[in-house]
This record gives sequence, structure tokens and C-alpha cells, in this order.
Amino acid sequence: MACECGNCIDYSVLDRIVEESRGKEGILINVLHSVQEHYGALTPDIQKRISDGLNIPLSQVYGTVTFYHFFTMVPKGKYVIKICTGTACYVRGANKLVENFVDKLGIEVGQTTNDGLFSLETVRCVGACSLAPVVTINDVDIYKRVSPKEIDGIIAGYRQKEAE
Amino acid sequence: MKFYRSHIILGMDTPSLLAGAKGVRDTLEKQLKEKNIVNEIRIVETGSLGYNGVSMIIYPEGIIYTGIKPEDIKELVEEHLIKGRPVKRLMAIESSQKDICAGKQEKLLDGQVRIVLKNAGSIDPENIIEYIAKDGYMALGKVLNENTPKEVIDIVKNSELKGRGGAAFPTGKKWEFTYNTESSQKYVICNADEGEPGTFKDRLIMEGDPHAVIEAMAICAYAIGANKGYIYVRGEYKLSIDRIKKAIKDAEEHNFLGENIFDSDFSFNIEVCLGGGAYVCGEETALIESIEGKRGEPRLKPPYPPVCGLFGKPTIVNNVETLANIPQIILNGSDWFKKLGVKGSAGTKVFTILGDINEKGLIEVPMGISLKEVFENIAKGTRSGKKVKFAHIGGSSGNIVPFNNFDIKLDLNTLASSDLTHGSGVILFVSEDIHINDYLKSVAKFFKHESCGKCTPCREGTFRIYQFMEKLNKKEGKKSDISKMKDLCKVMKNASFCGLGQAAVNPFLDAMTHFEKEMMEGVKEGKK
Repeated sequence: MACECGNCIDYSVLDRIVEESRGKEGILINVLHSVQEHYGALTPDIQKRISDGLNIPLSQVYGTVTFYHFFTMVPKGKYVIKICTGTACYVRGANKLVENFVDKLGIEVGQTTNDGLFSLETVRCVGACSLAPVVTINDVDIYKRVSPKEIDGIIAGYRQKEAE
Repeated sequence: MKFYRSHIILGMDTPSLLAGAKGVRDTLEKQLKEKNIVNEIRIVETGSLGYNGVSMIIYPEGIIYTGIKPEDIKELVEEHLIKGRPVKRLMAIESSQKDICAGKQEKLLDGQVRIVLKNAGSIDPENIIEYIAKDGYMALGKVLNENTPKEVIDIVKNSELKGRGGAAFPTGKKWEFTYNTESSQKYVICNADEGEPGTFKDRLIMEGDPHAVIEAMAICAYAIGANKGYIYVRGEYKLSIDRIKKAIKDAEEHNFLGENIFDSDFSFNIEVCLGGGAYVCGEETALIESIEGKRGEPRLKPPYPPVCGLFGKPTIVNNVETLANIPQIILNGSDWFKKLGVKGSAGTKVFTILGDINEKGLIEVPMGISLKEVFENIAKGTRSGKKVKFAHIGGSSGNIVPFNNFDIKLDLNTLASSDLTHGSGVILFVSEDIHINDYLKSVAKFFKHESCGKCTPCREGTFRIYQFMEKLNKKEGKKSDISKMKDLCKVMKNASFCGLGQAAVNPFLDAMTHFEKEMMEGVKEGKK
């Protein structure tokens, strides 16, 4: 059961995922996917618990988490901004977009704003090269042929959504 | 079952959504309601149709509309759906070429032939019944009832199908190796970790026709004696993952997967594995490591996966596109397949064509078409009207082909004899206004980021190449940089542990051959 102090993390979901997967071969990555989807990040504590639960050395869990771009150890912002820097987007000015987002949000690529609202990432090709450069937010909202001028508007839109 | 007089197949993949497919669908639904024909016309959402912009196909006429905007819908509904008069201005380019796949009336971009993409866009990918109606799972039933595993392997071998993932290894031979290795447990893996920037052919196949992949895996499993399969999909491909998972579930319900398929002794199950966003995992042994739940670092070869693969057992790793050919080969025979394409390079190839061109998208053409034909007849020249400078074929690790070499034929033999590769099948056309150094810098950055770090030549080499390119791009390079880079590339090609490092140098070596003068522009005056 979850502790009621409010500071502790409720591990029941994690434990259930681990329980369902225990003993299956090569299950680690699928477990990491499910756990990250629920908890937002694979913090050291979470990794330790997975390692114990699946009986896989912590070094292997950590090694796997840090190997794949998809996994993160720090929680991400509510809105994850991904700028595609694949070749097609690059030649159409993705770099300018990265610079502008860094400037406007005051964070570097890979970081999250202090208010926990935005994370900034670059991704390899999203497979929408005919609409380059592409920016996606939480993989749901997709912006095509983005020009640096539009960035203020995009950010403001989400800020406003939050304010409401 | 409900009867509809027309079906509208609407592409709803990421690029289409970007182009406003949602708005088009909503308007369409509204219009159908307004005109009170909701019960007569069915909208089917599918993956990419391989055209630019929001596209749809209306059946039974098989008319393709592209570049649709919500404001066009009213006219489309009133003219086409109510009065039966197709709207000419929105129709895709008509083809003079006769389509060899019988029963297809739709008009494709010029010169295409569809085997792999046969169903993509003409059936509802989420409905197994529609796949079955298009002879789906017939090939599986046929081999289970009529053929021994050895015969299946012979059919595939005779068809001369070669791997479509880049290495072009004969598929039948690979199957035979696995068949010949004795083991109580074998595996079939479908490599759907499509990581090459600019490529989305596998995604289209999975989104548009997921059952073809599943059927092919089952046929492969029967042939080599496996009973467990994995599909390793890029974590970013959300729609593909959902479609494949649904397709597996439906196939299980219809007993095309599971125990005693078609009442035979053959049992087979498929599991979906998600990739974690690592380019190197497209390499088969790295992919196997990843399925085992480890860091995706490549293994030493030999032993090759057909002998010792997943969990140490004999394993087949085939690309999505390779597999999608299999059911058609079984149904139509290997001779039919060999007739397509050219000698030594049978069948068709799916290419993603991109860059500064008029018709972007996905094409399936017979092997042996030339790059010039693709550029002029299918891509219809540059969009900007500028001169095309080069084509980058096969993805980031592919080759750079300058315009004056565009006569080259895109079949496996010709490419191999010129030391080129079709790689993942992407062709990116770049016009003359992009400086070669700027372009190469972005390619170098990609490899610097994606090198897995296991071996020194690749880990350090990709980093150094990036440094060279950064300097050259800022016009701060030295004259000796280019010759040093050439040496470095040769070392990487010879000494890298896996294909990533060996192939990463291709575009740079090509550029140094064809565009050395332009690259020299990055040298600061007086610096030797």
C-alpha cells in the first residue's frame, strides 16, 4: 500500500509490472518501457527495485537505461518538445530552431525548465521529411515547416493552457 | 455485414496528420452527415498511401486524390460521391504503365509496380477480414498443407529474393542455414527498427498491411522449424506498434497464430519488442542483444545468428520489406518473382524519395530502374527549379551520387559492382544551393551521436570526422585535414567492429571523390 506521507513513491504499479514479467527471458527493456511510462523517469531508486525484482544485476539495468535515448533518469517536463534534427530537417534549418528554443526557454537541450513545464530534446528522424523542419510536443502535437518566428507563439500557447 | 456503396481510404500517418488529415476527416464526416449518406459511405483510416499531402483513394473506382484541403471536401462529396463525377483537379497523376498486379485499378505514380505495398491503402489494416479477402493467410495455409519446410526454402531460394535491409544477403540461403542447424528451439525476428533518417518504408508496410508481415513470419517459422517470433519495432513508431499488436491479437483469434495452426502440428507465437531509440540496434546482433534486455552492442561474427542468435539459439533476422515479399512469392511462384526486376536482382524495391523534388513519398519500382528515371519520371525534377547537385542514396550511411552519375541503375548487382548500396532505400535529392560541407556536417553529427561506443575506430572516428567537418564548415580547416580524413575513413572501414562504423564513412569517401574542390573551400587561406 502507498504510504500516506505524500513524499514516498507508490511502488505498487512497478511491483505489479515486475511480478508479471519475472522469469521471462529478455524482459528488461519492456519492463523499463512500462515503468517509465508510469513513473515518468527511471530514477536510481526505481532501477534498484527493478534490479531486485527481476534478479538482474543493477549494473546491467543501469547500463541498459543509459544506453537507449528513450530512457531517462530525471523526470521530464509536462511538455516534451522534440526538434527533429534528421538530415532533411537539418538542411531546412532545424539548427536555428534548436538555438531559438534554447534561447527562449533558457535551458539547454536535454534539460527541463524550473517550473517543470518544458523539456527540450532533439530527435533523429521522425519520418516526416517532406514537412521539414518538424517539431513535436509530447509526440501528439506536431508542427510542420516551423520557422523561428513561430516559436514564441508555440510556447505561449502551452503556457496559456497551463494558466487556465 | 453492412453494405457500403463506396469506401474512402484516408491516409492518417504522421506526415498526413501534419498536412492536416484530421481536419479533412472531420470535414468529411460532417459533410457525409449533412448529405445524409453516412450509411452509404465508409471512411477507412490507414497508414501512408505514399503520396504527398493529405491523400485518399475512393473505391470501387480506385481514384486517388492528393493534396486535399478541408475546403475541397464539399466539392468532392457533391461531385464524386453524389453525382459520380471525379474531381479532376485533385486527382493524382495518371499512369500510362499497366499495373501488373491483377485487379488493381488505381493509378500509381509513373512506372511503379506494387508487390510489397499491394494492400497498403486498399484495405483496412485493422480489419483481418479485409486482409483475408485479399488472399491473406492463403500462402500460410498453402505451405502448411502442401509443402514440406524444405520445399518452402527451395521456393524462396529459387525466387532469388535478397534481403532488403541493406546487406542484400540471399534470404533463402539464410533460411537454409537456420534450417540446417539442429536445435530444439529456434527464433524468427522481424527487424522493424527503422532508424535511418529519411526512411519510412517499413513503417508504411506495418501501418498499411501488418498481417502480411505476420503471415510471412509464420511461413518463415514453419520453414526453419521455429515456434517463437519477435517483432522489434522502433519505440517512436506508436501507430505501427498498435497496429501490429492488434493484428497479432486478431491473427491469434483466427488461429493463424497460436497452437496447431490450420489444424497442423505447427505452432507459432509472436511477441512485440520495443526499440529504445538506438540506431545501432538495426544491426542484427545488436538487435538480438537488445531483445535479450541488454545494451544494444553488436556481437562478434561469426557465429552468425542462423547458428547462434537469440538466447544462443539459431535465429533468423529479416527486414520488414523482405518478409512482406514472402506471401506473394509463395502464391505466385518464384518464376513470377524473378521476372520482375533484372537478372540477379529479382523483384521490386521500395524507395523513399525526398529532398528538393516535386513528388515526394514512397515508391515501389522494379529492380533495375535508373536513378535518372526516378528523378525525372517519378520525382518530376527539383521543386525549387534549381539544379540538382547529388543524391544521397541508402540513408546516412549510403552513398553520395553526383548528378553526372545519375545513369546508374538501382539494382543490387550494378550497385554492388560500383561499390554502392541501396541500403535502407531512401533517396534524398539535394540541390546545388546546399554546401557539401554543411550537409556532411549534419551527417557526421548523426554518426557521432549514434556510434555505440563499443569499438575504438568507430567511437573515436565518428567524433573526429565531426570535428573535421565542423572546422571545414566554418572555413577554418587545414589543407591536410582532407587527406587525414581520407586515411581515417579507410581505417574505420577496415577496422570497425560492425556495419555502423564500416558504412558510416561511405558518404565522406564519396564526397571526397566527387566534391573535393568544394570541400577545399572550407580550408582557411594559408593553412596547410
